Amino acid sequence: MLTRAHATDERLAADPAAGSPAGPGVLVEGITKRYGARTALDDVSIDVPAGSVLALLGPNGAGKTTLVRVLTTLIRPDRGRAIVAGHDVVARPGEVRRSIGPVGQHAAVDEYLTGRENLTLVARLLRFDRTETRGRVGAALETFGLADVADAPTATYSGGLRRRLDLAVTLLADPAVLFLDEPTTGLDPASRHGLWELVDQLAADGTTVLLTTQYLEEADRLADTVAVIDHGRLIATGTPDDLRARLGGDTVHIRLADPADLPRATGALAELGATTAAERDLSGIGVRSPDGAALLPTALRLLDGHGVSVTAAEVRRPSLDDVFLALTGERATPATDGQQPTPGPAPSTGRWAHHHHTRSNP
Amino acid sequence: MTALTSPRTSPRATRRGDGARDALLLAWRNYQHHVRVPSLIVFSTITPLIFLLLFRYVLGGSVTIPGVEYVDYLVPGVVVQAIAFGATQTGVGLALDVDRGITDRFRSLPIARSAVLTGRALTDTGRNLLVAAVVLGAGFVIGFRPDANAAAVLAAVGVAVAFGYAFSWVAAYIGVTVRHAESVHDAGFVWVVPLTFASSALVSVDTMPAGVRWFAEINPITSVADATRALMLGNPAGGPLLRSAAWIATLLILFVPLAVRAYQRR
Repeated sequence: MLTRAHATDERLAADPAAGSPAGPGVLVEGITKRYGARTALDDVSIDVPAGSVLALLGPNGAGKTTLVRVLTTLIRPDRGRAIVAGHDVVARPGEVRRSIGPVGQHAAVDEYLTGRENLTLVARLLRFDRTETRGRVGAALETFGLADVADAPTATYSGGLRRRLDLAVTLLADPAVLFLDEPTTGLDPASRHGLWELVDQLAADGTTVLLTTQYLEEADRLADTVAVIDHGRLIATGTPDDLRARLGGDTVHIRLADPADLPRATGALAELGATTAAERDLSGIGVRSPDGAALLPTALRLLDGHGVSVTAAEVRRPSLDDVFLALTGERATPATDGQQPTPGPAPSTGRWAHHHHTRSNP
Repeated sequence: MTALTSPRTSPRATRRGDGARDALLLAWRNYQHHVRVPSLIVFSTITPLIFLLLFRYVLGGSVTIPGVEYVDYLVPGVVVQAIAFGATQTGVGLALDVDRGITDRFRSLPIARSAVLTGRALTDTGRNLLVAAVVLGAGFVIGFRPDANAAAVLAAVGVAVAFGYAFSWVAAYIGVTVRHAESVHDAGFVWVVPLTFASSALVSVDTMPAGVRWFAEINPITSVADATRALMLGNPAGGPLLRSAAWIATLLILFVPLAVRAYQRR
């Protein structure tokens, strides 16, 4: 795998927390997990340096949740080794549990208890004394905007509130490593952005974050490193830009007022040095670029200079489906392995649709 | 954002006594469910009351047990039966927690491995105590007159409730093994019904056919029902008390580790 080469040694040098052999990050080496004949995880290796954010990207049933469950000591791997916050998940699960904060796909809060009681119960189970518990619970309620509903039963909370409480409960322990399993699935856009900001802040505070997602946009927005997983195998690892570069980047679509201008437009855009192609219906032209948004103004200026009239333009970024298509040659069709089907949270597009960033003609 | 920027302090290491403390915290949490969803208590109380009335007024007329008024025979038996049924709720409660997803939270916390199960068994034991009191109270209303003093009646309830705690661990094992909450409910019902009926809880084992009688005589419910009844009626209770203690110890020794291991593994 891509990351195995720079495993422990480099980590030691880069890790400011001296004394703990693998630091407070996550190191996964050759993890395999089978359920009967089905291989849920196949020789997966990942390195998440301390304080960084890794997004595990893949469709339903790819093995994302299984990996998170291995790393949070909920299931044992059949083969391989995983070090979380400096502790082996199989040999020292107790130590791992003391350093991690797992947030599952479904809010793990008690619906009969109030928000405050949920927080208090877990703070007490974390062995904080009464004074410390009161302080932390109060601060958490404020931080997560739950003060107004603190004394209402959780059953009355909206999905977004419940997630927030779930996260607040998890963060009570100040975990060194935070696991977020599809944290924004089913959230409305405002809650989603709120959660993204929170992850940014936690990462800035030095928390290592491993999150799973089905959305390239989310991985792009949050992660230092994206690991693409499919059918239990890690098929690519890299920065979001690396991955996009492998796909040939964005496509800028420019619609022409008059299809007869097509040859002239192609000639004008040749100056960009980018790959161009006429749209199939000859209504316009497509330009490939690693950074479509940056290319767009230049392209429009060039066309204007050649007297070509443009009616619309848009930058299309590659979707998860494009990533899978490029990496595996298969469409990322959601598999069914018992995971819950999830409603698409993207504000305006379906789960497998392209993310459009439409700009009007200046 | 104070909570996010506060210094990172790991929760302190485990100390002796934490297991009991964790279990009590979790029992408090389960207890809140009973306070907030009173139907949990209402139904676990109504069922034994229906049994009490059915056997006293519908079937009881044709039951003759030598040397004792049937109502005096029946009430201690219904107490034990109600407690056995109450204990099966331990399995249902654990399975429901898995369904609701909160189990993953508890399992990823640095708490004693047995705390979630012990907490649930303690909650159900507390509810059993309440149910026993209600059944006894109703028993007095329908003519139950124990010959023993209050201390002996309390001791009798103590034996039955202690057995219920051990039984909760059997139910816990079923709950974490079967998992699906509705199946767990049925799985509890399926073995507790024959166990409480083919015993001395409601009728004397003397009239049962040989095979059933053999089963009834080794049945732990018989030992506990005999001990509870003997204590309440002021009869010699030594033999059944010893057998009850042996059963309680055996069930705990077998099922506590089994249930904890199954819970940890799933």
